[in-house]
Amino acid sequence: MSRALAHTLVVAILAALLTVAFWRSGYEFQWEGVWAYRQKFVTGWLTTVAMSLFSLVLSALVGLVTAVGLRSRWPLVEAAARVYVELIRGTPLLVQLLIGFYVVANAVGLEDRYVVGSLVLALFSGAYMAEIFRGGLAAIPAGQRDAARAIGLTPWQSLRLVILPQAIRLVLPAVAGQLVSLIKDSSLLSVIAVSELTLAAQEVNSFTYSTLESYLPLAAGYLLLTLPLSALSRWLERHFAYEAG
Amino acid sequence: MELVVKGLTQAFGTTTVLDRLDLTTGDIRALVLVGPSGGGKTTLLRILAGLDLAKEGSVSFAGVPVPRDEPGLLAYRRKVGTVFQAYNLFPHLSALDNLTLPLVHVHGLSPAAARKRVAEPLERFKLAEHAHKRPAQLSGGQKQRIAILRALASQPERLFLDEPTSALDPEMTAEVLEMIGELKEIGTRFVLVTHEMGFARRVADEVAFVGGGKVVASGPAATMFEHCPEPRVREFFARILP
Repeated sequence: MSRALAHTLVVAILAALLTVAFWRSGYEFQWEGVWAYRQKFVTGWLTTVAMSLFSLVLSALVGLVTAVGLRSRWPLVEAAARVYVELIRGTPLLVQLLIGFYVVANAVGLEDRYVVGSLVLALFSGAYMAEIFRGGLAAIPAGQRDAARAIGLTPWQSLRLVILPQAIRLVLPAVAGQLVSLIKDSSLLSVIAVSELTLAAQEVNSFTYSTLESYLPLAAGYLLLTLPLSALSRWLERHFAYEAG
Repeated sequence: MELVVKGLTQAFGTTTVLDRLDLTTGDIRALVLVGPSGGGKTTLLRILAGLDLAKEGSVSFAGVPVPRDEPGLLAYRRKVGTVFQAYNLFPHLSALDNLTLPLVHVHGLSPAAARKRVAEPLERFKLAEHAHKRPAQLSGGQKQRIAILRALASQPERLFLDEPTSALDPEMTAEVLEMIGELKEIGTRFVLVTHEMGFARRVADEVAFVGGGKVVASGPAATMFEHCPEPRVREFFARILP
């Protein structure tokens, strides 16, 4: 059986099961009410895309810098990176968003909730990225650094030309997983009243009392982002593939 | 290269690997370091190559001291070449890109000029047909010969080779040793750590026997192999040489 056929089959079975489940629940779909608010979904989805994209790029940068910090020879740099990672990974994003927006952003005079939301999301995801990158960097054999030093590369050149290209291949699957999480985690931005996709669905639900009709498009909206990301990650993995040694 | 090493001491934690090691050679082309495993040969070579900094002591080649600070060492490493036991080629790059990377990023050549510079050596050592392969597609002997060319590409003042054949089977060992022998003939200066005593005897101008963190004896190859006054050295060779 071909891979494509197998995928189609699994999706078809799943769809059939879900259809039966919905039918047995006796739920009567009323799409008209929700359809009237379709523009809200589109705007919300675009906001989610924009904020996720921004956070995605920033969190990769934060993660990389922190990963290098975690491996630093200087105790103060290492400690700062470690405290950041543990603090972020040990607390709920919900709390970070509330403190970030109502306390920290307020204190520094940042008022735009879209900017603050993206920043908090990036810092949140960056802590996970940092651990992924740290693992990737640690997995490169010491001989590679030796060789880079022996041919006269500076530490920065060694990182850029020798270590990172190899580490990226190792961490790609984990990074893709983290990015998928980031996109879904952006749904929590609704708690600081950012009009992204989840808040749009919540609002439409409260206007129309059509719960499933509001939340099913929400699921579809996220899948529309996460599935291509997974496909891209698999393509990149093949693109970077080479045998070690 | 007139090598003068004075009072070289190196320790990792509480283990002393080099213990006030002294070594002086004449103005020679090939120095071979031999001796038992764990005796300090590799540690000594890494310090000579500017990869590690000794805790104490000094090293100079032809009267020029090896720097003791990182910026100085970086500049020093750019003027010498090092070959490792495990090749340490960059697995994400083709053989050709492994050779041109230092030329382009350290020595400022254009990519085209770098490729032109390595074309002749690749041809001479019969590696041109493998230039576009990744390290994983090369045999051990081919990998080590590419690694030697990478170290030589920048036309270094001298080469440091750390047990370049220890990871290879006899046939591949022969092809790598043949290459090193050829380099000697065209005037390349090098310091070699090896367990290949037959080859050491043929290629060395001087031999230093390193054991217990010191140079037990050193001198011209013929003297060292045939009538070294040191009993430890004579016993070592008697056990190894056929």
